[in-house]
Amino acid sequence: MASNDSDRSDDPIPSAIKILVAGGFGAGKTTLVGAVSEIVPLSTEEVMTEASVGVDDLAGVERKQTTTVALDFGRITITDELVLYLFGTPGQQRFWFMWEELAQGALGAVVLADTRRLDNCFPSVDFFERHGVPFVVAVNCFEDAHYYTEQEVTEALTLDERVPVLLCDARSRASAKEVLETLVRHVAATAATPV
Amino acid sequence: MAEHQEPANDADDADSLVRPYVITQGRQHSDSVQLDLISVVIAARADVDEMTLEPEQLRILELCLRPLSVAEVAAHLDMPVAVVKVLLGDLIGRGYVLARAPYTQQSPVHRDVLQAVLDGIQRL
Ligand SMILES: Nc1nc2c(ncn2[C@@H]2O[C@H](COP(=O)(O)OP(=O)(O)OP(=O)(O)O)[C@@H](O)[C@H]2O)c(=O)[nH]1
Ligand SMILES: [Mg+2]
Repeated sequence: MASNDSDRSDDPIPSAIKILVAGGFGAGKTTLVGAVSEIVPLSTEEVMTEASVGVDDLAGVERKQTTTVALDFGRITITDELVLYLFGTPGQQRFWFMWEELAQGALGAVVLADTRRLDNCFPSVDFFERHGVPFVVAVNCFEDAHYYTEQEVTEALTLDERVPVLLCDARSRASAKEVLETLVRHVAATAATPV
Repeated sequence: MAEHQEPANDADDADSLVRPYVITQGRQHSDSVQLDLISVVIAARADVDEMTLEPEQLRILELCLRPLSVAEVAAHLDMPVAVVKVLLGDLIGRGYVLARAPYTQQSPVHRDVLQAVLDGIQRL
């Protein structure tokens, strides 16, 4: 961490960074967060007001809709100065307005692919590609599901060859750690600052 | 965030590792507080005029004896984040709570920060 930091002596407050965990419905996002979090994953509610204009709305008036979005998250204390939060992002497409806010300032993202329905994670992949958020694809292997190799996943999701793909078990701490480590190394590589 | 980013000046990066508090003393109006989901808040002092606070705000002060993110406070209180931000904003305005803005995303992220995160994950 920074050593020439004059504020630090009277500064007991850590600053926080975040990593997003995205993927389709039921892909194992909350499970993965829970596998590495030092706290039991918590959940918050964001009440959002969505502006939506009906195509067939004769008056052309903007209608507002209130939606509640639940966000799961966990925490990993990095140092006295730094805390990492892991946010499971809401899967449904209509919550994308919220993703924009969540993606702001994120270190990177894990896209959890579910071997039972691989293409469900495509919207997440697409979102992070478009927003320039570095991400890895972690393939959560469910029993009795089709087995894919990393290369098959890369091809099926038409990923850039540089995007790391790894098989994981979201329930296992060791496996979830490997996913996060791969992401941080990928962020470093993307930023051309090898760790 | 751009897809391809130029390496930033190292010295700039090191300086920006530390951000000032959003608010340090109760001088500003609460609506000037920009709280993020991962702003970290902590109770600032013991001499609190409890009569002037909402019960939820007293609970926030109890929770925030140790640093917590806005998201954690909202989860513990089981209240919407937007409401918690308002309650916290008022507490910050009165000088009862200090807040720290999230680590600013640098492009690229300072390698010391990445190394620290990697070490932290490996320690789990
Ligand atoms: N067999 C197996 N089951 C898993 C694995 N990961 C998660 N599960 C189970 O799958 C179910 C869904 O997991 P969650 O972690 O809740 O998935 P999620 O992505 O958070 O789901 P939503 O938030 O509802 O979209 C749970 O019953 C988990 O126990 C895995 O790696 N293998
Ligand atoms: Mg979930």
